[in-house]
Amino acid sequence: MNKKLYKYILGIADNNLILGQRMGELCGHGPSLETDIACTNISLDLLGQVRSYYQYAAKIAGDGRSEDDIAMLRKEREYLNVLLVEQPNTDFAYTIARHFLYDIYHFLMLSELEKSKDLNLSAIAKKSIKEVSYHKRFSSDWIKRLGDGTQESHNRIQTAINDLWTYTDELFHQTDADKAMVEAGIGVDVTKLKEAYYKEVNAVLEIATLEVPESKYFQKGGKQGIHTEYMGYLLAELQYMQRAYPNMKW
Amino acid sequence: MTTTEQNIDKKLIPILEKISDPEIPVLSIMDMGVVRSAVIEKNIVKVKITPTYSGCPAMDVIGDDIKTALENAGYKAEIELILHPAWTTDWITPKGRKALEQYGIAAPLDAEADKSVLLKGKQLVACPQCGSKNTKMISQFGSTACKAQFQCNDCQEPFDYFKCLK
Repeated sequence: MNKKLYKYILGIADNNLILGQRMGELCGHGPSLETDIACTNISLDLLGQVRSYYQYAAKIAGDGRSEDDIAMLRKEREYLNVLLVEQPNTDFAYTIARHFLYDIYHFLMLSELEKSKDLNLSAIAKKSIKEVSYHKRFSSDWIKRLGDGTQESHNRIQTAINDLWTYTDELFHQTDADKAMVEAGIGVDVTKLKEAYYKEVNAVLEIATLEVPESKYFQKGGKQGIHTEYMGYLLAELQYMQRAYPNMKW
Repeated sequence: MTTTEQNIDKKLIPILEKISDPEIPVLSIMDMGVVRSAVIEKNIVKVKITPTYSGCPAMDVIGDDIKTALENAGYKAEIELILHPAWTTDWITPKGRKALEQYGIAAPLDAEADKSVLLKGKQLVACPQCGSKNTKMISQFGSTACKAQFQCNDCQEPFDYFKCLK
């Protein structure tokens, strides 16, 4: 088995799974019917994409594990998602800020992954990017609406952006698997996306009349499996059915 | 794998045409453009289908429906889900677009029109009930992954718009 490719795929897919789980939490709990439906639709897209990644990962692993095993039966330390996506839905501003900060990255990353030498990954990227362009539009619109809205909505979204800013730098960290896959022409060199990312994020924040946070202190660890305290609770909910009724299928 | 052409055995078309999209029952899966290839190899029909959206829950049902329909016609069937080339709303046939409109779902416009509707609030989507273009978007996301929610300012009816995907 190509361990590095396997890890590389999980590095991408786990972000989708965990963010999809977070967005799915809003099912029936969104602030309005339309946003509730939007968040759960986005969750469905992310989980759909994740199936393609995990099916491919399962094939590479070749040890009889299925997509469900990979999604549902790993331990916390084995999930390689960035810390940003596991942050909780503190309020709607946090939900939007987290999604926006991830969407801008997700879109940039997929537009590079489309060119991957690995035909499976490039096919998944080409499929996903069409969906992610809708996600990006949704979260960017809401950043502007909340930022340039009432004093209350402005303050809340600014607070959320300030709080989550510390998790943005990790998006551009490379693991050993990442480096190996970049060298092989399969993976995306995320370090090269950083400039375009902050430029795009800052431009939207400006339209939204929001301040770009100045903090230079950044959190990291998710890509190595070291997560924030929120992750355990999220996994408990995510894995409950599969642990309670082993071998259930999606 | 890279061709956007469909490769469907003529004998199979009447069977496949009768299968409808479980979420939009007026639309045949052939008019939807999700069947990319169906060929007979030694009495086994190999069918390749592609999802409209990655998370489309209808795909499993469509796969099962194809299998059942082909088995009823005396074939064994193998279904494969392919992602490339990625599905686009361009693959919906003119007949399919008409069926959508009659069902009360506005058919997808071209990508540029879609963008201007969604981004700049231009009024281009016609109400499938009264035909007025005086409509507004309520939300980019609707009752299924492939639809947005609209409302007609004239007849006040809410309706679904099939989002353009290219």
